[in-house]
Amino acid sequence: MSIIKLLDEFTSEKLTTKSSSRREMFSTLSSFGKKAAMAAVPFGLATNKASAAAFFQENPAVDALQLALTLEYLEAEFYMKALDSGVLNGNQRAMDAYMQISKHEDAHVAFLKAGLEGAGATPVESPTFDFTAGGAFDPFNDNGIGQETAYAQLLALAQAFEDTGVRAYKGQAGNLMGTAFLEPALQIHSVEARHASEIRQIRGVEGWITGNGDNAAAPANSETAQNAYAAVYEGEGNTMQGGLDLTTDITYASEIVGDLNAAVTQAFDEPITAEQATAIASLFIVSDSDGDDSDG
Amino acid sequence: MKKPLVKVDVVGTSSKKTKNNSRRKFIKMGGLGIAGSTFLLYGCSEEEFNPGGEVETPEPDPTPDPDPDPDPVAFDLGSGDVGILNYAYALEQLEAAFYTQVRAGDYYDGAPQDEKDIFDALYNHEVIHRDFFKAAIIAAAGEDNTLPDLEFDVSSINFDDRTSVLETAMLLEDTGVGAYNGAGDRIADETYLTLAGKIVSVEARHAAAIRSLIDPTGGYFAGDDIVDPSNGLDVARDPADVLAAAGGFITTEFTANNLPEPMTGS
Repeated sequence: MSIIKLLDEFTSEKLTTKSSSRREMFSTLSSFGKKAAMAAVPFGLATNKASAAAFFQENPAVDALQLALTLEYLEAEFYMKALDSGVLNGNQRAMDAYMQISKHEDAHVAFLKAGLEGAGATPVESPTFDFTAGGAFDPFNDNGIGQETAYAQLLALAQAFEDTGVRAYKGQAGNLMGTAFLEPALQIHSVEARHASEIRQIRGVEGWITGNGDNAAAPANSETAQNAYAAVYEGEGNTMQGGLDLTTDITYASEIVGDLNAAVTQAFDEPITAEQATAIASLFIVSDSDGDDSDG
Repeated sequence: MKKPLVKVDVVGTSSKKTKNNSRRKFIKMGGLGIAGSTFLLYGCSEEEFNPGGEVETPEPDPTPDPDPDPDPVAFDLGSGDVGILNYAYALEQLEAAFYTQVRAGDYYDGAPQDEKDIFDALYNHEVIHRDFFKAAIIAAAGEDNTLPDLEFDVSSINFDDRTSVLETAMLLEDTGVGAYNGAGDRIADETYLTLAGKIVSVEARHAAAIRSLIDPTGGYFAGDDIVDPSNGLDVARDPADVLAAAGGFITTEFTANNLPEPMTGS
């Protein structure tokens, strides 16, 4: 599939039309994500066709950084809006955390942009985000869901974004091997994990992931929310490491406290592919392609 | 059963020698005080030690070793990916030993349930990491090339005191994060890089949890002291630096003379 054809498909895909249901959109995104990943195109491209040629150079490292930048755009805007929303008022630990995280995500955006430019690539532009995911959530209490529910969703979405970020960076490490970007990417990766741990604990759940995300609740009971959460944590319950099933193939020299399977899944975070990260993030991305094929 | 004689050589890059006495820095084992915010400790030893490849005739020792070891060759972590795996294994052994002691101490005994739960989890994870590395390295490189079980001296830590436990836990976890981050660019096999990635983010989750037990305000879970606020990057540390920091707790000696250099020099 040519890059142009792929881009055309992206911008004309049903998933980007506002009329399709978000649930349908989410499942469609999964299949689209596969195509995108196979062509090694970061999804941020969809917002700016003209810049496609600038960095579509069969360079997996550049693609990895573009994906990372798009995820950082999402996080940076989310935390900025969260702090502006007033929803955190009265929750000092959360307020402190969001301020610190917001500072880091802004720094990551600047760092990745500079890195891409330094490598001669044009950084993708920020997509347009919709943190309600088409009305499924109301984290900033813009639509009157109420402070308490908005606060719960604000934390749950932050957790999903951070845990996704951890998984996405991990999944891109291989693409950055042998480049000067590997170490800084790892240094961002562990910061995202610190963020995830703190957000989870503010929610009252453990800082680490049990099974396929079993120890933390989705941001809402809707099917959209449940499906999205399932996608964020799919595969986290893996117990195979280095060819060994750590629940059966090892005799531990010290006794494990509580459930071994839970502990094993907590002890290792699992990567996701660019395709998976794209599918998750795209739930919150508004395509600007409707009737607008200009350069953005 | 041979007692492993292992030394941590923290000056792998220094090859300058004086004529008569190859005087190398060794980590002084044991007796480490946790003071302030650092447990970095370098010690010097007059002991002669020759890593593989360098042959010297040792001068006669005026004070014979009261406990002569039949096999004085220290274990070397090795080269390439096996070296990095052994390096990680050493750190995981230390963390597992630390949390084992924490759970036997008075602080843990009287701690609120939520703090106990955190230490139970950290203990579990580090034991799993430790025993996983042992199995994985033996499978990949054979038992002879796998770091032996290390012995530790944690007498400098007051396991009855919350502050002593938390500060040490923070230093170990932050050091672990920095160690994995600094090792990534030295790994040749993508599978091992991913494995390291799967573990380092869990260590970072630990570090944040411990830091929030120390101070739940002001963003200390990822404080400006550990995450550079100008670029949002976590620490990345070189093996020599990490081994110097961790070595104070390790009584078994080993060398790290052949660890791979960074591939990109980053």
